[in-house]
Amino acid sequence: MDEKELIPHLFRTEYRKIISVLCKVFSIEHIEIAEDIVSDTFLLAAETWGLKGLPKNPTAWLYTVAKNKTQDYLKHNRIFNEKIVFELKHTNTIVQELEIDWSEKNIYDSQLQMMFTICNPCNSSQDQICLSLNILCGFGAEEIADAFLTSKDVIYKRLSRAKEKLRAAKIKIELPHRSEIDKRLENVLTTLYLLFSEGYYSIAQNTTLRKDLCIEAMRLNFMLTENEQTNTPSTNALLALMCFHSSRFEARTTSNGDSILYEEQDETLWNKELIQKGEYYLGRSSQGNHISKFHLEASIAYWHTQKRDTTEKWENILQLYNRLLQIEYSPITALNRTYALAKANGVKEAIVEAEKLNLSDNHFYFTLLGELYKTIDKEKSKEHFLCALSLAKTIADKQIIQQKVNSL
Amino acid sequence: MKEFLLVFRRNEGGGEPQPSPEQLQAMMKPWQDWIGNIAAQNKLVNSGNRLSSDGRVVKSNNVITNGPYVEMKEAIGGYIIVRANSIDEAAELSKDCPILQMNGNVEVRTIVPMD
Repeated sequence: MDEKELIPHLFRTEYRKIISVLCKVFSIEHIEIAEDIVSDTFLLAAETWGLKGLPKNPTAWLYTVAKNKTQDYLKHNRIFNEKIVFELKHTNTIVQELEIDWSEKNIYDSQLQMMFTICNPCNSSQDQICLSLNILCGFGAEEIADAFLTSKDVIYKRLSRAKEKLRAAKIKIELPHRSEIDKRLENVLTTLYLLFSEGYYSIAQNTTLRKDLCIEAMRLNFMLTENEQTNTPSTNALLALMCFHSSRFEARTTSNGDSILYEEQDETLWNKELIQKGEYYLGRSSQGNHISKFHLEASIAYWHTQKRDTTEKWENILQLYNRLLQIEYSPITALNRTYALAKANGVKEAIVEAEKLNLSDNHFYFTLLGELYKTIDKEKSKEHFLCALSLAKTIADKQIIQQKVNSL
Repeated sequence: MKEFLLVFRRNEGGGEPQPSPEQLQAMMKPWQDWIGNIAAQNKLVNSGNRLSSDGRVVKSNNVITNGPYVEMKEAIGGYIIVRANSIDEAAELSKDCPILQMNGNVEVRTIVPMD
């Protein structure tokens, strides 16, 4: 890698580490100082590495520069300096000789603690996702705006509001106490789940960006499996779910970004290594008595890695959906469950139940009905698909439905 | 939307042999599918519990008798809580309840919140 590729790569991997370690020194109240220092550090890297060539150890170079910039900052900002010194007194640190702990353990611990700080329920889950992308994944406002199909300004506002909330609530950068870690971990997992889904189901056309969101969510989830306190059955179940889903990444879109439906995917493109990883984490998730929604979703995703339709497959998927709906209702779960009902118990029974779902503002609802009527009444099937077509909002969705109408 | 308690009663025929694990599994499917149907309509509040047939009846004067309840023909086998616009709608949901195939019945009651 030359410096043109290396800097963006290091930005992805090191930004969050440096910022987490520095924030630990400054506290979350001064997060913007930490952000400035990291940005300056990377700016300097871009300037000097281009001129003088790469340093022997680029990562260590970044850490040293970040440390020096922190010391400079503290020297030159007397007012702030006194405040920080006051706040740091309990650690007996003399600012001029401020040592920053760049040990692997401290870097890892700081990131993990930062994850809990950022996924604090004082912010809405949408804001938690934005903050995670920004601080834990090193995404700029522009990239986040692209992922959410909104403007940079909206994201800027959202980020600064979210940081302000953390400041005002004086959220500490630390792992929650053992007695509340399970509840807080649930919140962190939900945020990671949403982050992953944002990438996986996003309507944004940029497939590279979408894949990045998924990879980042998996990376953060993986970190949680490496700590004894956060390595719970639910953590493993969520990681299994992500592995199964992302195994289909290469198979689910064409080279120009159009979606390919599950039934039409070339399964030789499914990533077997990720499927195996998913099975491994699913195995590790089956401990204890608690079955989370991640367990159920991961198990459903597992069955979908078996392309062949069998009675066993669909009966299992149906029962998993039955249980999932008892934990948490969502229209899409209800629709998927009804599809599984058709596969397991027959279309006639499924049509009766589908008509009770009361989701007539949802184009997926009519797509499902069209699908269910396909073998028994082509006219009705077409009617429903056309209804879906009129309700669908994105071009991609319309394309998929049009294909279904054409194939009748 | 109001909440309703669905109570399942079935005639304790007595002398029924204990079902095998496979039979038990087969018995679970209609229940799970039925509850899934209700949940898919976003009308399930609580999937409730099954009740074992063993029981005690506690009366005044320190009188405790063992179940099964010879004086009650029908024992409660379980319950769930659903959400519906009216008691008729709740009754409609009960029409497919598997207890009806087992010679039992469903009692639908409106839940009155205590405030």
